[in-house]
Amino acid sequence: MRNFLIWLIVAAGLIALPHTLSFSLQEILVFLVINVLLVVSYRLLTLTGEWSLGHVVIMGVGAYTSALMTKRLGVYVPVSMIMGALMAGFVAFLLSFPLFRMKGFYFLIGSFASAEIIRLLWKRFREPFGGPKGLKRIDSLADINIGPIQVDFFEPVAYYYFALIVVAVCLWILWRIEKSLVGLTFHAVHWQDKLAQASGVDLRRYRTLAFVLASSFAGLSGALLAHYIGTINPNSFDVELMVFVLTWAIVGGTATFYGPILGCVVLTLLNEVVLREMGFQQMRPLIYGAIMIGSILFLPDGLESLVKRAMAAWKRRSTPAAEPGKESA
Amino acid sequence: MLDLLLQTGLNALYSASYISLVAVGLVLIFGVMGIVNFAHGELFMAGAYVVVALYSGFKLPYLLVAAIGLIFVGCLGLLMERTMFRPLRTNPLGGLVASIGFLMILQALASMTFGVRMAFVPPVTQEVIEFSERVRLPVQRLYVILAAFGFLTLLWLFLTKTRFGWALRASAQDPEAAALQGISINQTAKIAMFIGAALAGIAGVLTAPLISVNPHMGHSVIIAAFIVAIVGGVGSLEGAVVASVAYAFVHTFVTTFFDGVIADITGLSLMLIVLIIKPTGLFGTADRA
Repeated sequence: MRNFLIWLIVAAGLIALPHTLSFSLQEILVFLVINVLLVVSYRLLTLTGEWSLGHVVIMGVGAYTSALMTKRLGVYVPVSMIMGALMAGFVAFLLSFPLFRMKGFYFLIGSFASAEIIRLLWKRFREPFGGPKGLKRIDSLADINIGPIQVDFFEPVAYYYFALIVVAVCLWILWRIEKSLVGLTFHAVHWQDKLAQASGVDLRRYRTLAFVLASSFAGLSGALLAHYIGTINPNSFDVELMVFVLTWAIVGGTATFYGPILGCVVLTLLNEVVLREMGFQQMRPLIYGAIMIGSILFLPDGLESLVKRAMAAWKRRSTPAAEPGKESA
Repeated sequence: MLDLLLQTGLNALYSASYISLVAVGLVLIFGVMGIVNFAHGELFMAGAYVVVALYSGFKLPYLLVAAIGLIFVGCLGLLMERTMFRPLRTNPLGGLVASIGFLMILQALASMTFGVRMAFVPPVTQEVIEFSERVRLPVQRLYVILAAFGFLTLLWLFLTKTRFGWALRASAQDPEAAALQGISINQTAKIAMFIGAALAGIAGVLTAPLISVNPHMGHSVIIAAFIVAIVGGVGSLEGAVVASVAYAFVHTFVTTFFDGVIADITGLSLMLIVLIIKPTGLFGTADRA
């Protein structure tokens, strides 16, 4: 009951939020929602212990597929988004054959190389990818006109609600996956790979599964992005964005489900709102870089470790006789 | 046709020279410290900006500027070692992220001080050696080739003939055994970081008059260096040099006969193929993934 109330308050807050913001902040809010899906899907991949540098390009695969579907084949937008997600998953499946021969550092570099090849192909081939200028005038969601209800998805607020619902459903699915037997196996593959293998777990298959699932959700987030901004090009999915995703995950922490979300929200607020308002336009990367170094040095377990500590302190104060060792993870 | 081949070969030799300087530094740092230094391209950029500031700005003699650039970028490396890589020694992923943070700081500092536009560097020498009518080698490029050869020879002598060099190779092969022999890990890390950074810096100093100097120039160099490091086998300096030459020839020839993007794709595909066939690189022996 208490949990239900908390969720209700969170939902009410998220619904009311855009109406309190200026237009430019509403736009940032839409990006934030899309990025939350991106970084949470990235965490699913890291559960098996592999850190990829190709996630953002995989997101771009979803964006390009969905955009091309609507532009060339006239597929309706929500359907094309699902196609984008499936395509991203399929590309990840193909990439898994070469990539999962590698581990650790080699996987990192291999994923970077294969992603960069895909990105350069978009850049090289004007037909159908639009070359360096990319794709323009991508359809947004069709307007809804049913009697008194009129929704124009060019409005950030309307698109925000759409994205919010999609992302919320995806986060719920990702949460269920992690809590399922499959999710527990992902953890085993990371922390006890020898033992898992000895118990009959096919490591390669579970790594591939995590990679494909994570990539599909990344592809969906890319499709959401493409139909919102209406124009995509190879540089929208370059290493710079990948670095941001990596930072969100690491500054937030990847041990918990909410860690990366926390990192994404806090750093986006800091980068887009605080530093921009303070007029540090040119210094923003400098401060951002300093924060990255600082957080990895002084907060190696991420922002989530602060939340954990605060919650533990809260519990101790409210129930002094709480038995130790009984903490819900 | 023969002229074109010879000219492209000379161009390839030139790019092999500065790529190998950068890549050898990257491999040395990875070998000794186990850290992937993503900021290595920005150390190259820092070297080029030393030239912009002191040579085009204050008109100091080029050789002096080169010496200052070498030491300055080397000290940047020491700074990185002391403030980031030493505390993060047990956390390789952390070292990688910290180096990305350092990269952003260096880029921001460069664009704040010098602007984001291309900086002008006057040529050191205008002379051109003409082998034939269509095969020409600007003397400035010859300097880069000779300097790369000289510095790599010096590094090889240092690593094989001096006690510090032996210590460095020992810690690269087996850090624990090296520590048990009384080799200070902090000291070898400092030496490796200084040399690795200084090599990237001198590559930047040497090429600054020849390429466009801007705050994002490190990007393409670091990708080339990664490809070379992987193809050559991580931890193998000889491999890195051989792979630099191979990569530069392939890249330059594909750029000349097709175009730059295809050349980039070819380079990356080569690296992927090497990784697929032999996931530790062609010359790789050390397994430190």
